[in-house]
Amino acid sequence: MNITGTGPLLRFALRRDRIMLACWIYALLASVLGTAVSFRSLYPTTSSREQLATSINDNGSLRALYGAVYDTGSIGALTAWRILGLGGLLLGLLCVLLVTRHTRAEEESGRLELLGAGAIGRGAPLAAGIGTALTASAVVGVITAVFLAGSGEQVNGSLAFGAALFGCGVCFAGVAAVAVQLAETGRAANGIGGAVLGLAFLLRAAGDAAGGNGPEWLLWLSPLGWAERVRPYDDNAWWLVALLLAAGAAQTALGYWLAGRRDLGGGLLPQRPGPAAAASSLRGSLGLAWRLQRGSLLGWTVGFAIGGALLGGISKGVDQLVSSSAGVQQIVQRMGGSSQVTNAYLATAMNLLAMVAAVYAVQTALRLRGEETSGRAEPVLASGVRRLTWAGSHLVYPLLGSAVLLLAGGLTAGLGAGVVFGDVPSWTGRLLVAGLVQLPAVWVFAAVTVALFGLVPQWTGAAWGVLGVLLFIAYLGPALNAGQWLLDLTPFTHIPKLPGSAFHAAPLLWLTLLSALLAGTGLAGLRRRDIG
Amino acid sequence: MTTAIDVSGLVKTFGRTRALDGLDLSVAQGEVHGFLGPNGAGKSTTIRVLLGLIRADAGRTTLLGGDPWRDSVALHRRLAYVPGDVTLWRGLTGGEVIDLLGRLRGNGADRERRAALLERFELDPTKKGQTYSKGNRQKVALVAAFCSDAELLILDEPTSGLDPLMEEVFRACVAEERDRGRTVLLSSHILSEVEALCDRVSIIRAGRTVETGTLAELRHLTRTSVTAELAAPPTGLDALPGLHDVELHGTTLRCQVDTDHLDALLRALTAAGVRSLTSRPPTLEELFLRHYEPEGPAAAAEVRSS
Repeated sequence: MNITGTGPLLRFALRRDRIMLACWIYALLASVLGTAVSFRSLYPTTSSREQLATSINDNGSLRALYGAVYDTGSIGALTAWRILGLGGLLLGLLCVLLVTRHTRAEEESGRLELLGAGAIGRGAPLAAGIGTALTASAVVGVITAVFLAGSGEQVNGSLAFGAALFGCGVCFAGVAAVAVQLAETGRAANGIGGAVLGLAFLLRAAGDAAGGNGPEWLLWLSPLGWAERVRPYDDNAWWLVALLLAAGAAQTALGYWLAGRRDLGGGLLPQRPGPAAAASSLRGSLGLAWRLQRGSLLGWTVGFAIGGALLGGISKGVDQLVSSSAGVQQIVQRMGGSSQVTNAYLATAMNLLAMVAAVYAVQTALRLRGEETSGRAEPVLASGVRRLTWAGSHLVYPLLGSAVLLLAGGLTAGLGAGVVFGDVPSWTGRLLVAGLVQLPAVWVFAAVTVALFGLVPQWTGAAWGVLGVLLFIAYLGPALNAGQWLLDLTPFTHIPKLPGSAFHAAPLLWLTLLSALLAGTGLAGLRRRDIG
Repeated sequence: MTTAIDVSGLVKTFGRTRALDGLDLSVAQGEVHGFLGPNGAGKSTTIRVLLGLIRADAGRTTLLGGDPWRDSVALHRRLAYVPGDVTLWRGLTGGEVIDLLGRLRGNGADRERRAALLERFELDPTKKGQTYSKGNRQKVALVAAFCSDAELLILDEPTSGLDPLMEEVFRACVAEERDRGRTVLLSSHILSEVEALCDRVSIIRAGRTVETGTLAELRHLTRTSVTAELAAPPTGLDALPGLHDVELHGTTLRCQVDTDHLDALLRALTAAGVRSLTSRPPTLEELFLRHYEPEGPAAAAEVRSS
């Protein structure tokens, strides 16, 4: 297929994505480099690393999450172990999003038609999309390798580590190259890519959890399993890197082959027709909001349930894990607020769930602005729906949907902890409460979004910035020994550390009051301002 | 006759841009009113003020006897709106959107009428929002509006994207709405459509109304071109008011005359003796072009005062 014009398209794509790419790459690299640096201080001796390896490798849930520790000889090997599972997943996700963004999403919007009529080969947009993904992966891989080699780790291992990360990117860019041919919309293509990523992660996790006594071979079905088994600094299995690259190339070829068999704008998976008339539940602005938000709420709830079960299920191994490093113990206690390690760990876990719920809250609250700028709010607001009713129908999700998420996470975490420690009812009850007390902190973020939306609508997106900064402080502050005044800026600091600490209602009331004030101001602004 | 829409001296600024600059608009109950103007003249802004989506900075607006900002919800139940650029929700089918919009207004859609309209517009109601073409998205909004029993229809360039056959269907539907006694505000660029459908038109430019009236009245305000072969050179043409672009070659005269001064010109010509005479009434195109061309506001003011 003709790929004339790939160069300009690639430059254009990189320019368009420069901020988003910089953020993603920064976050990925920060986690790789941060892990290496923190491991150096947390596990300075071989014996402390061996202790860590024992506590991880003895625990099926922890192996499922991170894979097995395969080499305790160097900080590099420990970093590669810790990063390749999750980092590979995230880099894969970035590549799927990038390829879709520059191919199917562009095609769906009609912008590709404009370009396609120019001197651009039919295959150029896909080549440019994959080029963007490869550029991002290469930057992450190269900097990782250079940094680790530069900090005194073995050069060959550092190269293998970087190459394994790059391979994950290439492989999942290939997955997306196929997905964008199958689906008709960018969202559906991302869905296919995300499902493949999820499946790859589950297969890897199941294989590692099973270990030597079970179906460990499952992980060989997953590209993330291959990346893990590269085992930088130990095996340095370059042939697995080659396998990842070959898989990416083969899928890209398949993508091109499929692209030759479809029309611009068409997909290979048929669009199913929907109902010709609306069900009686699609009524009023509340019914519309439910219809628009239910899928995402369901997905997030399932995610929280799985996350909660994982976090709860590993709580027994955590005692050992934490006691293997005095540094880790200190961090968990600062975040979890309890001297009893299990309680402190679970409080930290619920805190983590709440931070993710805050992302959901901001995303769903931003839906209002999305409806407004896309012009979809206009016909609704011109059909006898009050502005406050309209806004309220959507705000059900950041306000109550986030409660559903926290309850789901608390419930499964409680069940998980109950199963490993015994006494399911008591753990379930405690963690349901621990989940629910986080709600006022999550509300603050929804309320900030509403305030921006009502008062300075063109700046509504700044809610992500507020969320990012405060999450950064809440997540890394305790580990970085940040001052208390800085920690006090984030609402999560004020939430009672349950289970384990005493319950105080006052901070919850203050946070709720703050949320009400912010949201109220925003809604008052919405009533008075111009729409659109 | 009562007025459905009464707007005077409407002003709306966005930052430094003055989108509406003293706009007037009056639409009588039961009429189809054409709302014309070049891109960026303020048509959509006016409609958004009428819908209470944005608030005017100055001026008086009455819609169905109420204030569109204060009484928006009550008024919206009595009107149906088709935006110029229809965006639909992904995942919702066209049929679902039609029903939803009807239910939001509170009275739902008449099943029989809905089915008839779907057939006439050849619209497949089972397709999902993102798979419709521009024209088909437009049809979804049109069917939703036509099967409501709203007393006022506000249509913002509703036929952009429709093919000629569908435009015919659209015209038939608007004519039926008028017969049912409903009021229609039709913003449009398509002259034949306006000529076929509208009882009265308002032309706006740069946020001001430059002309308003029936098509016959508007023609009256424009120039007729006259070509005459005369027996002798005419005299006294200089003294005649409303004469433009005069070309006199011997006894052949070509000129433009303001239509309300045609009478005086003819008298002067008859005095000189007429051998042959051609006069052509202004086409609608000429009428519009005069207002669409980016002349200064002086030209518009001249027309308004005449």
